[in-house]
Amino acid sequence: MNREQVLVDLKTRFTEDIIDTIDKSEKRVYIEIKPESITRVARYIFKDLGARFNIASGVDVRTHFEILYHFIVEDINLIISLRVKLDKKKPEIDSLAVIFKGANWIEREMHEMLGINFKGHPDLRRLLLPDDWPEGVYPLRRDYKEWDKGSIRDRGV
Amino acid sequence: MGRTIVPIGPYHPLQEEPEFFTLTVEGEKVVDIDVEVGYNHRGIEKLSEQKTFDQAVFLVERICGICSTSHPFAHVRAVEDVIPMEVPERAKYIRTIIAESERLHSHLLWLGLAGHFLGYNTVYMWAWKLREEVLDAMEMMTGNRNNYAMFKPGGVRRDINIEIATEVIRKIDSIVPTLNMLKKAVMDDPVLHARTKGVGVLTKEEAIDYCALGPTSRCSGVARDLRKDSPYGAYDKVEWNMIVTQNGDVFDKVVLRVLEMYESIKIIKECLLGMPEGEIDANIKSIPPGEGIGHIEAPRGECFHYVRSDGTNTPERHKVRAPTFMNLPTYKSTIIGETISDATIILAAIDPCYCCTERMAVRDTKGKKVYNGEELIKLSQAKTEKLKEKFKC
Repeated sequence: MNREQVLVDLKTRFTEDIIDTIDKSEKRVYIEIKPESITRVARYIFKDLGARFNIASGVDVRTHFEILYHFIVEDINLIISLRVKLDKKKPEIDSLAVIFKGANWIEREMHEMLGINFKGHPDLRRLLLPDDWPEGVYPLRRDYKEWDKGSIRDRGV
Repeated sequence: MGRTIVPIGPYHPLQEEPEFFTLTVEGEKVVDIDVEVGYNHRGIEKLSEQKTFDQAVFLVERICGICSTSHPFAHVRAVEDVIPMEVPERAKYIRTIIAESERLHSHLLWLGLAGHFLGYNTVYMWAWKLREEVLDAMEMMTGNRNNYAMFKPGGVRRDINIEIATEVIRKIDSIVPTLNMLKKAVMDDPVLHARTKGVGVLTKEEAIDYCALGPTSRCSGVARDLRKDSPYGAYDKVEWNMIVTQNGDVFDKVVLRVLEMYESIKIIKECLLGMPEGEIDANIKSIPPGEGIGHIEAPRGECFHYVRSDGTNTPERHKVRAPTFMNLPTYKSTIIGETISDATIILAAIDPCYCCTERMAVRDTKGKKVYNGEELIKLSQAKTEKLKEKFKC
């Protein structure tokens, strides 16, 4: 399938799930989907389209959280970024780590950095933050405040 | 598990990427592995939100000392993708030359370390001597042996003139005879074959499932290389081959990297000779609101940056994904079932940084015996010595 066919195929297959599509450039397309559809759409893109999972980027956009799941379809040189918007009060979404192992670590990272809960993740331990980091402090959130005034680590020295 | 973890922050002043592995073994056999990372987490993504797009290049350059081209390259491509724009042709060629020289020195560094782990200290010395030549060439082109400061959104900071180009070609050519010797040594040595063939196999299915990248996936038969699939820089303008091997074991990983070096030499020379004249910088005035993705093929695999701009001179979000982030978890499928003496070389085979193996601890299921990194390297070298006697060489 070429680029247009892939996009049309996604649109017809997931009419219910897709909220918005931004066709940014020849190599980039951003598709906003409903959070509850993520496993279905991601499974199709990964297993059936044969895309590779690049990574996911979690963003705190003040009013809500956003996760972008980047997939690259190498045959047609196209990066499909699935965008989901999550409620700030209860940020949670289904885990993709059960579909492919490549999503395991990044979900652990987003869990500790932004406090997003991944339902069904096999092993949601901390990945990068130290053991003495307090619960409920998420460094990549907008409202993050320096929590340990005596710590060199927090001063960026 | 918690008891075996070394309780001090494993910072090593000389090396980057400290990681902590806990291997569970039964007799000689590895039955489980757990890896801990994060000792070197410096909050670069958060820091980058406070830097302007120009400053952030210098910041991401310092993520890794070896990959000090990959991160800036991916980052500037992400910033350019926000606009979106194309950089001048000459800048593309210069970027390609720098990126390939980096691949060359990175692979040489790895080859040396692999030799050391296996008990071939001569390979280690030779490879690192060759690497010096490449670093000298880098210094001539950029002014620095590492952290080159060549990249900026829109182009590059320094031009390469004809005198430097000739000298660089001479330097690069001078390493080829020794590289041929090393290649022959790798291909013909029966001990090396016995040590690395069929060891630490990553199957094609697993490589896809783990989303493994670069040489780690290419040696398992996944014929994917961003330089071919999603050409950037001058990669679509020069002749070169993608190297793919099929077995996924340590031997294939060595061979693949050795062969890739020849391709890099080819690309560097062709780019230096074929550089078009013209501007090297597009002079970007401002970055509009929007988001951009930049990815390049680093020596270890795809390096991925995502940048979101809100129209000011600093990004709203900057996501960095280094290739080892995807390659590291493959340990789970390569190391279980192998012996401890092979563990070091399997862990080194995906080319994480050296200190990974330094930080490894081994215990048996009864929780008693613990090896440290040095003892493991000795164990690995002793196995090679035994094989050398067996093959009488």
